[in-house]
Amino acid sequence: MKSQAAAAVAGQWAGEQADAATATAAQSLTAKLPARTLALVVYLVLLLLPIYWMLNMSLRDNNDIMTRLALYPEQPTFHNYVKILTDPAWYMGYVNSFAYVSLNTVISLAVALPAAYAFSRYRFLGDKHLFFWLLTNLMAPSAVYLLPVFQFYSALGLIDTYLAVALAHTLFNVPLAVWILEGFMSGVPREIDETAFVDGYSLPRFFIVVFLPLIRAGVGVTAFFCFMFSWVELLFARTLTITAAKPIAAVMTRTVSASGLDWGLLSAAGILTIVPGALVIYFVRNYIAKGFALGRV
Amino acid sequence: MGKIFDNRAWFLVLPMALLVAFNALIPLMTVVNYSVQDVFDATHRIFVGADWYREILRSDRLQSALLRQFVFSGLVLLIEIPLGVAIALVMPRKSGWATSLTLVLMALPLLIPWNVIGTIWVIFLRPDIGLLGHFIDHTLGIRFDYPTVPLEAWVSVMLMEVWHWTPLVALLAYAGLRAIPDAYYQAARIDGASAWAVFRYIQLPKMRGVLTIAILLRFVFSFLIYTEPFVLTGGGPGDSTTFLSIYLVKIAVGEFDVGRAGAFSIIYFLIVLAFSYVFYQVLQRVGTGEKA
Repeated sequence: MKSQAAAAVAGQWAGEQADAATATAAQSLTAKLPARTLALVVYLVLLLLPIYWMLNMSLRDNNDIMTRLALYPEQPTFHNYVKILTDPAWYMGYVNSFAYVSLNTVISLAVALPAAYAFSRYRFLGDKHLFFWLLTNLMAPSAVYLLPVFQFYSALGLIDTYLAVALAHTLFNVPLAVWILEGFMSGVPREIDETAFVDGYSLPRFFIVVFLPLIRAGVGVTAFFCFMFSWVELLFARTLTITAAKPIAAVMTRTVSASGLDWGLLSAAGILTIVPGALVIYFVRNYIAKGFALGRV
Repeated sequence: MGKIFDNRAWFLVLPMALLVAFNALIPLMTVVNYSVQDVFDATHRIFVGADWYREILRSDRLQSALLRQFVFSGLVLLIEIPLGVAIALVMPRKSGWATSLTLVLMALPLLIPWNVIGTIWVIFLRPDIGLLGHFIDHTLGIRFDYPTVPLEAWVSVMLMEVWHWTPLVALLAYAGLRAIPDAYYQAARIDGASAWAVFRYIQLPKMRGVLTIAILLRFVFSFLIYTEPFVLTGGGPGDSTTFLSIYLVKIAVGEFDVGRAGAFSIIYFLIVLAFSYVFYQVLQRVGTGEKA
């Protein structure tokens, strides 16, 4: 309590002497920097170890893997990767995954943007109930919907199409997108909207020309999250596809053959599923933290 | 905040509402339909009322799966929340390449398909080819065989879950820490506050909002868990790691027992709904209270 009161006073004081004391205070408070850095490095190493082990496996052939435990591939081979990237039965899995993930991201953003704007700017009949209903879908167990969605989509003739998986994934991605976007949009002052309307902008034109550029970080983060959740989900993706739209994650079961499991091949396929995530994450790295806080920090 | 009351806003939410209704309402009504009928084949079905509900609520397997699920989600929160906060506290506070690298590395597990998460841990834990499995089994000399020993299966699933999701908690807590103005730390320094006092009276209160989101997201996600433990243990040995979703899929798809699965689904959904409601209420309060 005491330090909170002091903080308010010191806040004013600091405002006046801003350049003198900035940044150094936070540092000197935590002077034990080496210990902190060490703890962080240890954590990151532990975090990467299981992924490293899979990378290690992916660069060895199955005989080598089964005969001895090696901390690093002594005779690295790209044989597993070559096999995956040259066999259509394998690489089409990646193409399929990308196709439905992209389609899902586009659909989710297209319906979530106007909805999030409505929630952030207007009150309307049943708005709170609608928002709550939306959230319940984010938390609905996929397993509950699995069988009925399969039967429903079968009746519509959607099974084994990109659209089927993309639509099924909107079940949780649309609520998520509305939620994150609403957080970012509420951070933009209403005065901007009002000024634009006085200047004679129509709502659609204002939204596209003025508003979207203002929240582009939020749109990027939302697209990232739609990509992420559609990419990692397997229960729907596997159930709603047979061959033509089968995701890579489901194709991975192919590594079980008569001679047992091909660990090297399985690992290479796994590593290749990590690469797209690592690439998109780089583009949103400065917004990740805020995005996970759903735009509400 | 001065939101305008305008029912025309419904036109803006309509496409979204229709899409979600298409995906959620129609299948949900199908489930309700199944849960009150005994289906023999496409043309023969009889109305059985609440029989399936009565049966499933009395079922030992459901009760033990439910208990297992609550223990699992409770443990997940007890381990991941303090650990995530601790990690956020040691992360670099200023922007720079080290910070970017840390953020990207930490977010990596969150972007791996869930079945690949399971595969990674299968490979990591196997006593013959896995680094950790080999370490425990050969170097430490403790016999380790997680597919057959229930306790070891539990430890393995927990370890995987903590590895997978603690970064989410850490990233959220970190976002909260970054939002604390420097002046607070300067004031604390003038007061001669200890590191503990800084944490207790400055950092923790400022993280309240994001930690609420973290706790509730972690609870819900762990409550719905399916793919990762399914790949790692298949719900076994026996039923020892069969969580609610795994059990439900077993009944619905494995045994195609749609009546029992329907009743189970509705009960499962109602539990999640109850928690979602608490989630929503808490979040509303945090959203308004934190801005002061």
